[in-house]
Amino acid sequence: MATKSTNQKAWFFVVPVIILVAFNALIPLMTVVNYSVQETFGNNIFFFEGVKWFEQVLHSERFHASLLRQLSFTGIILAIEIPLGIAIALAMPKKGFWVSVCLVLMALPLLIPWNVVGAMWNIFALPDIGLLGRIINGIGFDYNFTQNPTAAWFTTILMDVWHWTSLVVLLAYAGLSSIPDAYFQAAKIDGAGAWAVFRHIQLPKMKRVLTIAILLRFMDSFMIYTEPFVLTGGGPGNTTTFLSIDLVKIALGQFDLGPAAAMSLIYFLIVLLVCWVFYTLMMKDEAQ
Amino acid sequence: MFDLTWMAWTWPTAAFFIFIFSSIALMGLWEWKSPGGAPRRGILGLDTTRGDRLFITILGSAFIFLGWLALMGTPLWGAVVISIGYGIAVFRWV
Repeated sequence: MATKSTNQKAWFFVVPVIILVAFNALIPLMTVVNYSVQETFGNNIFFFEGVKWFEQVLHSERFHASLLRQLSFTGIILAIEIPLGIAIALAMPKKGFWVSVCLVLMALPLLIPWNVVGAMWNIFALPDIGLLGRIINGIGFDYNFTQNPTAAWFTTILMDVWHWTSLVVLLAYAGLSSIPDAYFQAAKIDGAGAWAVFRHIQLPKMKRVLTIAILLRFMDSFMIYTEPFVLTGGGPGNTTTFLSIDLVKIALGQFDLGPAAAMSLIYFLIVLLVCWVFYTLMMKDEAQ
Repeated sequence: MFDLTWMAWTWPTAAFFIFIFSSIALMGLWEWKSPGGAPRRGILGLDTTRGDRLFITILGSAFIFLGWLALMGTPLWGAVVISIGYGIAVFRWV
């Protein structure tokens, strides 16, 4: 049995945080749980429905479709952003004047508000007046993200990669910078090639920051709302309607608060499960 | 007293939260009465405290209920039985 702290007074320091979390997360979450078992037509009048909304959401093809779209989107951007971020971090200079220049350039997309990113890319990719749209159409592709689902997906993914790869780069670069020179000198003496250095020194040393990068990118992309909403509005049709956009449509567009609450709880449980898995993996790694 | 009508409370949801909060309180009481909640290595190879095991139980049970609801529908007694068995297994072996 491990030794345990005997001074329990430290718990009082946690009280302000508990109060803050209660007001901004716990009480709203409790209200969502309450809504999820009831039907309302407004005016604070509710009718108890039991688990009907959960059953409806779990059997809803619309929910399955938006969940699948969400998972595909998250899978695609992770598959692009993580390797690309590592590659850029490896290519960045290690010392000198250009380090600061690269870091500032990398940080720029992260400083732009999400709705501005959506608006920027909307104009940038318009087929008639946008630079990107005109170039792609000029090469001979029929590109119109407002009408063609493939073009809409391509633009949304490109926008996300542009906006968030920097985060992976910065994290991977921080991981790379923390590797002592002695490792590289030893590798050089052993005659290790660039791939061997990457595989046996750089990648293992970046493991922790990469786990954090994957977790952050998973969470952000799984809850993405503003950028695709501004860029495509979930269209054309429903092709870029991800979970959060669908949720807002149900809750605020249709004012179906019960089904929306049930859907958001299922959404929350999925996010919680993934977070727990990542947290456990990180802690297991640390323990080893 | 505070006006909580905006939160749209129902007895079943209140009972649900009372259950969650009393589970946490019971864990505190358990630890106070018989300390021993320090991490231990379970069958999954994870170092878990009693609190971790409670979390794994509650999160897993939520998915058991959702799975039951998706595959079997109501009533949910089957999910209750599976969740209790799952919880006992988690506290015993994980």
